[in-house]
Amino acid sequence: MSAELNDLIVGILMLGGALMSLAAAIGLTRFPDLMSRMHAASKPQVLGLLLFLLAIAVQFESWSLLPVLVVCWLFMILTAPVSAHMVGRAGYRTKHLRPELLTIDELDDVVGRAQELLLQSRADGTGDADEDEDPQVDDDPGAHSQAGSLDDDSSAQTAQGARRPGHSPEG
Amino acid sequence: MMSIFVVLVAVMLSVAAAGAIFRIARGPSILDRVLAADVLLTIVGAALATDMIVNRNLDYLALLVSISLIGFIGSVTVARFVTDRR
Repeated sequence: MSAELNDLIVGILMLGGALMSLAAAIGLTRFPDLMSRMHAASKPQVLGLLLFLLAIAVQFESWSLLPVLVVCWLFMILTAPVSAHMVGRAGYRTKHLRPELLTIDELDDVVGRAQELLLQSRADGTGDADEDEDPQVDDDPGAHSQAGSLDDDSSAQTAQGARRPGHSPEG
Repeated sequence: MMSIFVVLVAVMLSVAAAGAIFRIARGPSILDRVLAADVLLTIVGAALATDMIVNRNLDYLALLVSISLIGFIGSVTVARFVTDRR
């Protein structure tokens, strides 16, 4: 491969990666809410990094370099969804979203049902619930199944008690 | 020819970093800020890769790998402790 062609490929790859970063920055400044900003922010993390790593691979033309670059990209595509999931979950629970902008909200039914059950248990006088009790802020995955089987006072009390430990880190 | 590309890439990365910093300063919630900080870290990684390509060295490769490996810890930690305080 001639040096000019090599330079051209490297330059185009770098330009593509920089375009991804620029698109992410424009999305961050222009988009209206957290969820759409997350959509823009994930572009340079995966695609931009891939293009820059490809540019490095083309520039140095060394097979011994390739495993390091593959590992670098592999770590990124393993860890980027984790942070996106955590940020999206926290954003949904703290209502950092505009419901009118969502096409579909698949958690709406679940949250509504949990709130209904909570209100029902309060109306029955079973749980002297706290003021800050919020069915959306709930880390214990077993709490929903427990709350779903409320039928008498004692199980309501245990469900309320079980909610507390998972509740405390965020409350 | 390479220098034209490098100048273009540097300008675009600078504008992108400025946009991310604007969102860090402005962001209405801490989640917006941590998201923009993640993007800023990625842009820094891209700048490191550009520097390696231009100067034909491999000094920052380990740094690039560690950025992609532990870069998510900050946003996960912050998102874990976000509470509904609005």
